[in-house]
Amino acid sequence: MPTWNNIRADFPILHQQVNGKPLVYLDNGATSQKPRAVIDALVHYYERDNSNVHRGLHALSMRATDAYEGARTRIATFLHAADPAEIIFTRGTTESINIVARSFATRLKAGDVILTTEMEHHSNLVPWQQAAKASGATLRYVSVLGANAEGGLDLAALDQLLTPQVKVFAFTHISNTLGTINPVAELCRRARAVGAITVIDAAQSVGHAPLDVQAIGCDYLAFSGHKMCGPTGIGVLYGRRALLEKLAPDETGGGMVVNVTYEGATWKPAPERFEAGTPNVAGAIGLGVACDYLDALDRAAIERHDHALARLAYEKLSTLPGIRLLGPTGERGGLVSFAFPDVHAHDVVTFADEDGVALRGGHHCNQPLMRKLGLTSTTRASFYVYNTAEEIDVLVASMRRTLKFFVG
Amino acid sequence: MSADLTELYQQVILDHNRRPRNRGKLPTANRVAHGDNPSCGDQCSVYLRLDGDRIAEISFDGSGCAISQASASLMTTQLKGKTSAQAQALYDQFHEIVTTGKEPEEISDIAAFAGVHTFPARIKCATLGWHAALNALKGDAVPATTESHTD
Ligand SMILES: Cc1ncc(COP(=O)(O)O)c(C=O)c1O
Repeated sequence: MPTWNNIRADFPILHQQVNGKPLVYLDNGATSQKPRAVIDALVHYYERDNSNVHRGLHALSMRATDAYEGARTRIATFLHAADPAEIIFTRGTTESINIVARSFATRLKAGDVILTTEMEHHSNLVPWQQAAKASGATLRYVSVLGANAEGGLDLAALDQLLTPQVKVFAFTHISNTLGTINPVAELCRRARAVGAITVIDAAQSVGHAPLDVQAIGCDYLAFSGHKMCGPTGIGVLYGRRALLEKLAPDETGGGMVVNVTYEGATWKPAPERFEAGTPNVAGAIGLGVACDYLDALDRAAIERHDHALARLAYEKLSTLPGIRLLGPTGERGGLVSFAFPDVHAHDVVTFADEDGVALRGGHHCNQPLMRKLGLTSTTRASFYVYNTAEEIDVLVASMRRTLKFFVG
Repeated sequence: MSADLTELYQQVILDHNRRPRNRGKLPTANRVAHGDNPSCGDQCSVYLRLDGDRIAEISFDGSGCAISQASASLMTTQLKGKTSAQAQALYDQFHEIVTTGKEPEEISDIAAFAGVHTFPARIKCATLGWHAALNALKGDAVPATTESHTD
């Protein structure tokens, strides 16, 4: 059982020096580190149970199938989904969103509207641009308010934007660049009122706070395992059962068919219909164990911890001369994104690295938003369960040193 | 500060970053090329006024880290007056410096970029402006992107 007191001991990777300094890992928005329990689950699977799923009748295949389907059930519980069949395993958020967007690309027509927001990650933006291009539908955006995007989404304009022509509304739960927490339940309620399907990018939220897809009332929800203590290469597309039953398969091949002749094939129901080919069995099992780990810590406690660190970082960083902090001034998700007028983010990140501090510098897969804010890049510090208040002091000291070097 | 970082951010580089030379659009330009570094968002446009095969005037514009901006700035001071063959030869020399750290025999400001070679992720920053300049010389309409180059 993990405990908060001893949490850093659960993450082997944290116990190393980088450039002669203790590693301060603050790039959790890009990917989180993995607890021993998840690493052990992968090793255990490959050493004891590795086999293909759904195909074999031998002992190993049955064990692997049970573990894989057990992970699906575990994730359904984690999201409070009504049914494990609503959980489709994918490679990650990007693939999950692409599956939904491609399905819309074939169904939408000219006159239909795809609505998204100005704060989306490229992976919840470019697939919709492609769907609009392929179908002739129009792509519209909910604006982000404020010179530093501190005002969040322009909810006042939403009624005007949410017309009956809107067939799909795709939005992020927590912005990976701003830390903005969107009111997802309200957005879903308002979209449903005009008959629009909702798609939530939960990449930055699932592992960071309690989440209940039924309470939120979304139709689809996408996330990646690797940002929530799970392995890379595994993610989830949650879809409401009634919708998945009507959705055509995306990829076709083995494992998703019932009956195949030389003329054609019939499809299995969801979720298998959307999982052609051999899935990432080890990844799914690892993700299930990551869910156990996070729930043992209690996701409400994780949320309090991450938000408190983000607030502390925001306050301490705001004392640095010239700093421009992006996103909400009040409650925010567990990350802080900022820019200095005279020092580029890459130089900041290179200096921080010398202090053992891992940060992200760049456009955060959010080029249009950066352009709107008049920036080309920001530096981002993003927090998770194992980060501490002392690490924020190391971060701030490193920023001071960098500013001293470049600005004097 | 570590020796590696001191090597990377040499005085020449910091100076060009703080006071970029030949920065801004060139109204008389007859060639222009744009370079992008998609993984980090660095951008650089290079403007040339070619007089026959010779670079009569050169300027750059863009945004990016100290390495990319200083490199583009220093490059403009080096390329002015050069023919396209001389420009290519200078780039080859520069590329050698940033990838191997070997300094050239004759004394040159471009040697300041030798420290880049210990930071492989930054080589793209250092070469961005050069790629744009060489494309402008070739008259390529396509924007240079460091991702499609081998370095
Ligand atoms: C908000 C958001 N959406 C989508 C993604 C894409 O996730 P992945 O690369 O795992 O598909 C990320 C992570 O980079 C993200 O932060």
